[in-house]
Amino acid sequence: MSAIVKMREFWLAVLIAALVFAANLRAPGFASPSRLAGIVEDSSILMILALGQMVVILTRSIDLSMASNLALSGMIVALINQAAPGIPVPMLMAVAAFSGLLLGALNGVFIWGLGIPAIVVTLGSLTIYRGVIFLIAGGQWVNADAFSPSFIAFTRIEVLGLPLLVWYAVVIVVAFVVLMSRTALGRSFYAVGVNPTAAVYAGINVGRTMFLAFCISGLLSGFCGYLWVSRYVIGSVEVARGYELTVVAACVIGGISISGGVGTVAGAVLGALFLGVINGALPVINISPFWQMAISGAAIILAVVLNGRGAKRSQRLILRTAEASA
Amino acid sequence: MIIPKEPKVELSGISKSFPGVRALHKVGLRLYPGEVTALIGENGAGKSTLVKTMTGIYQPDEGEIRISGKPVVLSSPHAAFQAGITAIHQETVLFDELSVAENIFLGHAPRAAFGLIDWRGMNARARTLLAEIGAGHIAPDTKLKDLSIANKHLVAVARALSVNAEVVIMDEPTAALSYKEIQDLFDLIDFLKSQGKAILFISHKFDEIYRIADRYTVFRDGEMVGEGLLKDTSQQEIVRMMVGRSVDQVFPKKQVTPGDEVLKVVGYCHPTEFADIGFSLRAGEILGFYGLVGAGRSEVMQSLFGITKPSKGAVRIDGEVAVIRSPAQAVDKGIVYVPEDRGKQGAVTGLPIFQNVTLASLKKTSRHGFLRLAEEFKLAREYTERLDLRAASLDQNVGNLSGGNQQKVVIAKWLATKPRVIILDEPTKGIDIGSKAAVHEFMSELASQGLAVIMVSSELPEIMGMSDRIIVMREGRIVSEFENNAGLKPEMLVRAAAGIGEAA
Repeated sequence: MSAIVKMREFWLAVLIAALVFAANLRAPGFASPSRLAGIVEDSSILMILALGQMVVILTRSIDLSMASNLALSGMIVALINQAAPGIPVPMLMAVAAFSGLLLGALNGVFIWGLGIPAIVVTLGSLTIYRGVIFLIAGGQWVNADAFSPSFIAFTRIEVLGLPLLVWYAVVIVVAFVVLMSRTALGRSFYAVGVNPTAAVYAGINVGRTMFLAFCISGLLSGFCGYLWVSRYVIGSVEVARGYELTVVAACVIGGISISGGVGTVAGAVLGALFLGVINGALPVINISPFWQMAISGAAIILAVVLNGRGAKRSQRLILRTAEASA
Repeated sequence: MIIPKEPKVELSGISKSFPGVRALHKVGLRLYPGEVTALIGENGAGKSTLVKTMTGIYQPDEGEIRISGKPVVLSSPHAAFQAGITAIHQETVLFDELSVAENIFLGHAPRAAFGLIDWRGMNARARTLLAEIGAGHIAPDTKLKDLSIANKHLVAVARALSVNAEVVIMDEPTAALSYKEIQDLFDLIDFLKSQGKAILFISHKFDEIYRIADRYTVFRDGEMVGEGLLKDTSQQEIVRMMVGRSVDQVFPKKQVTPGDEVLKVVGYCHPTEFADIGFSLRAGEILGFYGLVGAGRSEVMQSLFGITKPSKGAVRIDGEVAVIRSPAQAVDKGIVYVPEDRGKQGAVTGLPIFQNVTLASLKKTSRHGFLRLAEEFKLAREYTERLDLRAASLDQNVGNLSGGNQQKVVIAKWLATKPRVIILDEPTKGIDIGSKAAVHEFMSELASQGLAVIMVSSELPEIMGMSDRIIVMREGRIVSEFENNAGLKPEMLVRAAAGIGEAA
């Protein structure tokens, strides 16, 4: 029990519950099951993206191209659906995921093969992928009436009272719990991030591990491309513009250390949920959009301060042993 | 005859301990104006701890530092700098992106009106200072990163002169210099002597010490064991002081009859680090690699482990040519490496003990690609118990363990892969006596079970106490190989490592 109380994730969950409770006082009905389900639904895409970003951040990198990858993959399936409405939607989902995987792998190749820092590579691909959307769509939007009914339905159909969109997130979260705690790859994400040099000396291929992290973040971005276009029923150059920073914010709030090696699936999920609750609650209690941004921003800084304090304590310990061996 | 002088700096009764390690025990050191004192000792003798005490990085547990007869407390590097003590070493703290003049005057730049920096005055004074020390070829406005290491040393010296430093510490200043640059450095030291500076010169190279120093002080195991004038002392006497301890430390070396040849290295070369390395290793044998720091021993081992690529040469394991391009391949072929720098390269601090132990055996503990925690704990328990690792639980973060226990975790990780050859690089450096004995005992145990062991060590008692054979390397080459029998004297190893001829 005490171990659970010490965990950052526990306190984040408590904080989210407190926020819901407080919002419910001001606006009764906010904590009703259907409204809460709505918030989870609104946070689902962010949750999936945060998990992809998490594996990248764990390896001491960052993927700034996630939102552009999402928009490009989303546009590809939107155009296909517009041109050939008969192609079954699950196949389009696979196409979106595959396109995302390729775009992510492209980032990974530059980082692994050429050793360019991830922030530089993905800053470049962020712009390039957006540019490609403009090229393939000829600057046009894909409007709501262009989509086939099933394209739109595949995020909305309710199963056991929840829309499919939520179930996709649930499946991916479960898959990540297994990936991170029960596979050699998951273990090597942590090892590479905590101490890349020691990882090399333990026989782990650090470059390959980073490459795979970008493949995963790309795959999830691409899949979310379909989810986004289906949910908001629009394909355009502007889709999810700037959203990569929201994804990073969710990770940071969830306690995933930007310096790598530290972070959990639960943290990423709760980080996304926290932003979802803030964005859902503030309009209900009549707080202006300006304050929404300010509060999200304050939460990020607070999370970094708390993370920093935890890290400092363990750093001192390292210093002591280092001096002892000097 | 030298007229007795007052020492410029006098350290007396200085002690400094770290958890589990006594680095300095009541040592003394005297530096005289206009003279060079050489500080001599094996690795781990306490030389760098003393330098850090003199430059305000460490505070001594006890003892006194006097400058010109007055007791001083060097509470910080800045205080030491103010007191006129300046250190020059390979990683001298200078700023690559700043100009030469800025580096010289950082913190005490000449000021013009409104407290702004007087650039013209600063550059002019820098030019004068550089010219004084024969470095007129360095332009004050060059960026430091564009200079060679030798020229960076000159800038550091100019910085010392700019604050009228009276004491200059040179910690292995010649390590990365060419022959010509070393001669220039000696000219500069002669100039500093003529200016009345007191100089502390640390080097492993006897020819340099005899060329430049007037006095010597010898440290061994954190204690001062001798001092005097170099002109009255032979190299042999100094070597004897360095290694002088009776090798009475008991090493748990078991006698093993070596088995078949496991590893053979032939004509192994690297473009810059080592050349013509060849040796063979049999099962059950402990092969020691001795040499000075920078002799290329670790580089050879890292290459055998697939971290760096050799340019030429072949490695045979059980008679078959083995191509090793990555650590993963080395582990597959049965070669494992316990690196010297535990904190950075060895243990994955931040992960729990059991994950560290199983890190190289994840295939073994998985089924259908999924890790089985129960198997992991079983493996981790088996090997940590074999190494007698004491920890609260296997879930404990490795970063919170002592150096000795971290070392055991790293060794456990490799043993779990069931290797043929284990390479231990300075396996007991910086760990407490108890863990040292445990590591030695274990090493002996492994050899008796038929593992082939390579041990890189700079500690003479260890290398002589544990090895069956000893290879000495100097400047990237193997210079001699000894059978470790009663006829082997520690002096022979030190001479081979330092390149001192028998006749000298």
